[in-house]
Amino acid sequence: MTAGTTSPPRTAPAPARAPRSSREGLAAVGFIAPALLGFVVFYFWPTLRGLWFSLTEYDFFSRPRFVGLDNYARMASDETFWNAMKVTVQYVAINIVVQTVLAVLIAVLLQRVTRSVFVRSVVVLPFLISNVVVALLFYWMLDAQIGIVNAAITGLGLDAIPFFGEQDWVVPTIALVNVWRHMGYTALLVFAGLMTIPEGLYEAGRVDGASEWRMFWSITLPLLRPVLALVLVITVTGSFQVFDTVAVTTSGGPGDASRVIQYYIFDLAFQRLEFGYAAAVSVVLFAILAAVAFVQLRLTRANESDLA
Amino acid sequence: MTVTTPVEPAAAGPTRASGPTAARAPRDRRVGVGRVVAWATLVLIMLVTLFPFYWMLRTALSNGTELATNPSSPLPVGFTFGAFERVLGLSTTAQAQAQGGSGAAIDFWLYLLNSLLVATLITAGQVFFGALAAYAFARLRWPGRDAVFFVFLTALMVPPIFTQLPNFLLMRDLGLLNTYAAIVLPFFFMTPFAIFFLRQFFLGIPREVEEAAVLDGAGTVRRFFRVIAPMASGPLITLAILQYIQAWNEYFWPLLVASDRSVRVLTVGLGVFRSQTPQGTPDWAGLMAATLLAALPVVVLFAVFSRRIVDSIGFSGIK
Repeated sequence: MTAGTTSPPRTAPAPARAPRSSREGLAAVGFIAPALLGFVVFYFWPTLRGLWFSLTEYDFFSRPRFVGLDNYARMASDETFWNAMKVTVQYVAINIVVQTVLAVLIAVLLQRVTRSVFVRSVVVLPFLISNVVVALLFYWMLDAQIGIVNAAITGLGLDAIPFFGEQDWVVPTIALVNVWRHMGYTALLVFAGLMTIPEGLYEAGRVDGASEWRMFWSITLPLLRPVLALVLVITVTGSFQVFDTVAVTTSGGPGDASRVIQYYIFDLAFQRLEFGYAAAVSVVLFAILAAVAFVQLRLTRANESDLA
Repeated sequence: MTVTTPVEPAAAGPTRASGPTAARAPRDRRVGVGRVVAWATLVLIMLVTLFPFYWMLRTALSNGTELATNPSSPLPVGFTFGAFERVLGLSTTAQAQAQGGSGAAIDFWLYLLNSLLVATLITAGQVFFGALAAYAFARLRWPGRDAVFFVFLTALMVPPIFTQLPNFLLMRDLGLLNTYAAIVLPFFFMTPFAIFFLRQFFLGIPREVEEAAVLDGAGTVRRFFRVIAPMASGPLITLAILQYIQAWNEYFWPLLVASDRSVRVLTVGLGVFRSQTPQGTPDWAGLMAATLLAALPVVVLFAVFSRRIVDSIGFSGIK
């Protein structure tokens, strides 16, 4: 970042500098032009357009009609919307709590027991498979009649569980399927954070006679907090946008039991052709995600000095 | 909440705590109860991770019609490659139906080609244009650079669904629905992550490396292609692998803009295949054979580059 002056042995670094700078400016425009084009056309412009559509009534065929804040007012009394919110929050809560606990457990095991690349590869493998494949795989394994999981459950003398077929089961089921897919990946993010904690801390702890358990609570967890906050931003904002698993397995059912917010937006836009309203709901989703990220990043920054 | 207390003594403590590599040596090797429990937990986690993959394979090698008779058999029921054959279009409709297939074609080869084409184009564009932009952000001096970079970074925060609705309309208005262009274009020119990922690496290259090329009269374009890009081949490959996997697995966007048979990618094809038998018993053996084949390219990529991928994940999270 600080330019040329850092290399004293070179005798004459100065002369080339001034003209180079302006030529570099011109070249830089060429270098970022494609990315800038992509940014303006596919990120910036659609963002503005999405905000505009949220203020209109639009069915894809006639021209969008400006309706002010009507869409937002409608949301307030839209039971399906509130149900979608509730379902999504339930999903996020189950998904994140289970996933984070398991990920920290796996990460600590990876650090304290083995650092083998093979073990790390195995745990991250599900993350590399597409959501669609994972959804189909578990739809099969959790099948009510001949799925292996229910075969095991009935084998134990218990009643078969209609994982995807019953209101109370469907959200936890989808949440746990996605835990299976993501826990290894999240564990590797946490693991990267663990590697920044100096081993000396644990040695000092051991010299003081602290148990592994004790060291986890008073060394690992406190020092991991900034990384954990960052990981949570990524995983929470990601899991708010759950779609693929729902679309492939239940299409939002039974009833509205798994109609998560992103599926509702998709449904509104492309099945009910209420594009303006769909845009408004996506603005709300955007706002929620921004708020989550903002709060969590504030927490991160507050803790940044921990290891410094 | 009292966080800083444990840090002070240790930071000033043993000198060998210098880095991740130094941390390896002095570990406790006693075989205690805790260690056994820890290993057992790890093995259990690995089993939970791997079992579904085995079950996918076991089902794919089963005979579809016999599958229901012995649902919990740990081995394939009525071992056959029939499921793979009908997914790949190698068996006749009659043969397929005799083994529990629906008779509906999945056009696996077409979807495979579509996926290959789309993922390759997206990856090539993202890596190439991302590298150019990252170079400008990391190593060229120009007014407003940091502000523009910040704007690019904020794009990381916008949830895809928010831009995808208007982008769908854009594609429709351009008359591009159900074309490869519609799937590829929004991802082709930029992804904030690619720019960020490469910028970090470019920042770490010493200035002196380029100074020599400057003295030889090389312009920016030449310096980028002849000096910087070759030095960055490692990170460029890593990024390409990560983006390829992501593009390969993308479902929502291709579903929106390109669900038509001719341009359908594998993820969308699998979703359609599954919904073709909503009532009757799905062709599970066929479905599992198809999912296995759809996941195969990524698994192979992973088998070859696992260390690279695993190592880069820690970095990719610390955006």
